[in-house]
Amino acid sequence: MSSTDVNQEHPIDLESKRVSVEKPEKRYDLQGEMPDDERVQKAMVNFVKDFGSVAATYMESCVHCGQCAEACHFYVQTGDPKYTPIWKLEPFKQAYKREAGPFSLIYKALGLKRKVTVEELEEWQELLYDSCTMCGRCTMICPMGIDIATLVGMARHGMFQAGIVPHELWAVAERAQREGSPLGATPSVFEDRVEWMGDEHEVDMHIDEDEADVVITMSSIEIQKYPESMAAVAKVMNHLGLKWTFRTDGYEATNFGMLSGNTAWQKEMTKKIVDAAKKVGAHTVILPECGHAYGALRWQGANMMGEPLPFKVRHISEWLAEQVNNGNLKLNKVDKSVTFHDPCQVSRRGGATQGPRDVLNALGVELREMDNAGDYNWCCGGGGGVITIHRADKLRYKAFEIKMQQIDDTGAEMLLTSCSNCRQNFDDSQEHFHWDKTMNSLLELVAENLVEN
Amino acid sequence: MDLLEFARGPAMQWSLIILVLGITWRLFGIIFLKRKKDLSEPRQGGKWGGAVKTVFSRSVPAKAFWSRVMYSNIVGYVFHIGLAVVVFAFLPHILWFKDILGFGWPALPSGVVMFFAVVTLAAMVALLVRRMTHPVLRKISNFDDYFSWLVTMVPLITGLMAFSNTGFGMRYETVLAIHILSVEFLFIWLPFGKLGHSFLVFLSRGTTGAIFTRRGART
Repeated sequence: MSSTDVNQEHPIDLESKRVSVEKPEKRYDLQGEMPDDERVQKAMVNFVKDFGSVAATYMESCVHCGQCAEACHFYVQTGDPKYTPIWKLEPFKQAYKREAGPFSLIYKALGLKRKVTVEELEEWQELLYDSCTMCGRCTMICPMGIDIATLVGMARHGMFQAGIVPHELWAVAERAQREGSPLGATPSVFEDRVEWMGDEHEVDMHIDEDEADVVITMSSIEIQKYPESMAAVAKVMNHLGLKWTFRTDGYEATNFGMLSGNTAWQKEMTKKIVDAAKKVGAHTVILPECGHAYGALRWQGANMMGEPLPFKVRHISEWLAEQVNNGNLKLNKVDKSVTFHDPCQVSRRGGATQGPRDVLNALGVELREMDNAGDYNWCCGGGGGVITIHRADKLRYKAFEIKMQQIDDTGAEMLLTSCSNCRQNFDDSQEHFHWDKTMNSLLELVAENLVEN
Repeated sequence: MDLLEFARGPAMQWSLIILVLGITWRLFGIIFLKRKKDLSEPRQGGKWGGAVKTVFSRSVPAKAFWSRVMYSNIVGYVFHIGLAVVVFAFLPHILWFKDILGFGWPALPSGVVMFFAVVTLAAMVALLVRRMTHPVLRKISNFDDYFSWLVTMVPLITGLMAFSNTGFGMRYETVLAIHILSVEFLFIWLPFGKLGHSFLVFLSRGTTGAIFTRRGART
């Protein structure tokens, strides 16, 4: 199939609040042609391929206490036990014990763990993709300290190689690998939109500079849905007089290779940014308001490349906090009450929980935290690729009800976050529920309130 | 050799050998797998401290989760504390430890230990009922969960029988021998199934503690 055909078969829907491929009339949740046995084999081999000490520790340690269910928005909102986080790994646990664990010989010899079937893996597709945002709240409750979210990521590696990925997630990941962006934000589209925003907001844009200290990356959700964020980041950079640039050869910070489970694609996507930053001699790469982009480059980037990165990696919210804290950035006071939604990958799983709060403090807002805000925050329910999957909508909206309740309880006038994927989930859910609250970007609020010298 | 001699002699030796070898095998099978160096720039140092801290801090659920896991945590604590008292504070047990380790420690009065034994037993029944009735636990439970429960329960019951001299027609020596054999079976089973959490807990909590501390994230 030519790439034009693929694009026609999976057209991107840019009109709806949530950007994904259009709702498929017929779903193709199995990719490629291969016998069932081979699929199972591939899933398991690729799951155990990277099996190191850390993953084995986790696999050995579960005591089946079931507490992880109580931390998961999908279980809590439905009461359906199949959404118990550790249950989402059941076939892979079986496979691990049978094939790789310290007692695998005994298990195999006595036939104690049977082989996983392709039907089971197909059944588990929903559990590993539709009903897990890899937000890692379950990791925080586990009395054994098992990082279940990481295991789900590993299971996705197996599922991708076996061709058992949800239709939409496969389509956007494939497009990202082929075009450089999952949502049609190709280099030329990106360049056009940067220029457009420059004109629209009368801000100097720097694109494809040969030398720069700071390389700014974007998420395709922002490029396509919230282009103002490009103007906002440019404004802040210019305001601080930094030598910065966007690069058409390394701008896309989302990593659908990682989300779908294709490690080779993940590396390719990471490499583009790394190469671009090296080329211009940047000392810092700034990641956009996107949660998983942070994990992909900040914590996995160097490991993907097999060497330390020659530049600092910062999420825009923590970078803004650094500028505020070292006195470079002065902000006007905003006389509003605000509640902040923590993107899981930046706060809980990224360790940058304090950054946005320092920025909010500098903005002088009245911060009304939600219950369990910060590291124990409830996920919005749209991360990890879940929002792209149409058949997961009902479940995603169900999970979002927690968020609406929490936010309504704060009574805050303004909603802020630092993740465009959370933001599009808020926008989409707002429309669905006819809710009266709109999510806003922390970066954009900062850009609107720079104190001119 | 009568049953009690067998229980105290070769059965004890072999079960302890299997216990030690089994734990070693399982731990080595995990620890000596490849461990990739994390090449990302750490936010902060102190990952070993984070590992140790998390081993302790994960003993209590975070406040955010209290309302949802209160019952299972309380019953779980009652069970674990009760079991520890029974195992480590009963005079005959301490004498056994002294035999192996070369030193002992003060015991609690037998009556107090028996109170704990009964409470432990009740907690175990409560946990079993919960496992069999709660939709999540029913779904995720397997043979190991029920078998490990049984393997823990039998020494408790036989111990109570020996202490209270309730043999249902059996001689005291026979009841005692059965008690010792049941403990030996626990030793043999412990390394292989979920009871391994008694040593894995340090490894798994510590692992997450180290990784998350390195990122500057809460553990």
